[in-house]
Amino acid sequence: MDNKRKELKVTAIRNGTVIDHIPSDKSFQVINLLNLETYSNQIYFGTGLDSKKFGKKGIIKISEKYFADEEINKIALVAPSATLIEITDYEVTKKEKVHLPESVYKIVKCFNPKCVTNIQDIPTRFKVITDHKGEMKLSCHYCEKTMSKENIEFL
Amino acid sequence: MNELIGRSLVSITDYSKEEIIHILDLAEEFEKNHRQRILDSYVVSSLFFEPSTRTRLSFESAVQYLGGSIIGFASADTSSVKKGESLKDTILTVSNYSDLIIMRNPMDGSARYASEVSPVPIINAGDGANQHPTQCLLDLYSIRKTQGSLDNIHIAMIGDLKYGRTVHSLVQALSLFGATFHFVSPESLKMPSSVKTWIKKAGLEYHQYTDIMDIMPIADILYMTRIQGERFPDPLEYEKVKNSYILENNMLSGSKDNMRVLHPLPRVNEITEDVDDNPKAYYFQQAKNGVYVRQALIAAILGLK
Ligand SMILES: [Zn+2]
Repeated sequence: MDNKRKELKVTAIRNGTVIDHIPSDKSFQVINLLNLETYSNQIYFGTGLDSKKFGKKGIIKISEKYFADEEINKIALVAPSATLIEITDYEVTKKEKVHLPESVYKIVKCFNPKCVTNIQDIPTRFKVITDHKGEMKLSCHYCEKTMSKENIEFL
Repeated sequence: MNELIGRSLVSITDYSKEEIIHILDLAEEFEKNHRQRILDSYVVSSLFFEPSTRTRLSFESAVQYLGGSIIGFASADTSSVKKGESLKDTILTVSNYSDLIIMRNPMDGSARYASEVSPVPIINAGDGANQHPTQCLLDLYSIRKTQGSLDNIHIAMIGDLKYGRTVHSLVQALSLFGATFHFVSPESLKMPSSVKTWIKKAGLEYHQYTDIMDIMPIADILYMTRIQGERFPDPLEYEKVKNSYILENNMLSGSKDNMRVLHPLPRVNEITEDVDDNPKAYYFQQAKNGVYVRQALIAAILGLK
């Protein structure tokens, strides 16, 4: 039995979603982004776990829940290294890295204080773009300003 | 052009090259005859949430030469906005009373938002530091008129290239026509990298300078902008550079015959008054062209031309 199987076995869920390889310091942010505070089924959650690749990592196992692509891809904004695993009857039925969505709606605040979305009650909207250096940036649909990762603040 | 009917204009990039050319062609028609009563019994709203007398008068003159009526306000002090009404509510109310809304608003992105909630088309007359597409259209019109064509011109942009929204839009628009860009500015007010990336993506060239005289023999268009002291983090630096970007008449002697000087106005001191009498000074005519371009835009959006 390889290590991965063993690990899944320890806190195995029968059906649901596992999000692995979350940078340790982003674990709580990922929980917030997926609105798991109010989820009533079982959630197993570990952070500060040893990982060969990351040093320390976080993992979240949510039983009886599968996410729509756009919902799960939000976490790519904070944890681009995360892996999404879907489990059905203890078997892995899907495993892939999360990928950045094309746009984000209502979850990020615009960093421009003069943006209309910061002055009036208007849901934010951003296009996810990659600059010439290959870095991910968010471009505000309204004020057209582009913000880099460091400026991302979640609503 | 059917594609323009009923559509808002928020940013110059909302328009394709063909749509821009269509508006400029129409504007040419209005320059020949700007008194046409095609807006008879039409009502246009002019909502200026911050004062901008020049832009407002240009729009109002455009509407009135066409026989239309104008309602609205010239500053937020006299409107319900002062009482705390949301932009959405103002737009939804005013759209009941008019066929088209011209809006100037200090909030960045307000025009895009207004265009999404409004049942009638919006023309953005400036949304904060973001966009001012009719300024861009009148700049394009002025360049085409003085150069005979928009294709492959050498344009020099001078002054505050970092914060100047007019130069950013103009770069985007001229990229459609294959221009070569020459940027002259102090080190701290250089063209932002996002704009330079845009130029590279369009497969075009730009060059950067700090001395205005370097571009004098090359430029077809000299586009002057105002350098504001408050843009400098260090007031000493402003003192050092402030006189380096002032255009005086004697500096124009080595320029091309076809070269023209443009400026979005109002100017403060960046072009000395002795330039005004030089036939290469075009900024007052440029402002006049604004009326024809706005007439063209209104007529196109309302489907009257
Ligand atoms: Zn914004």
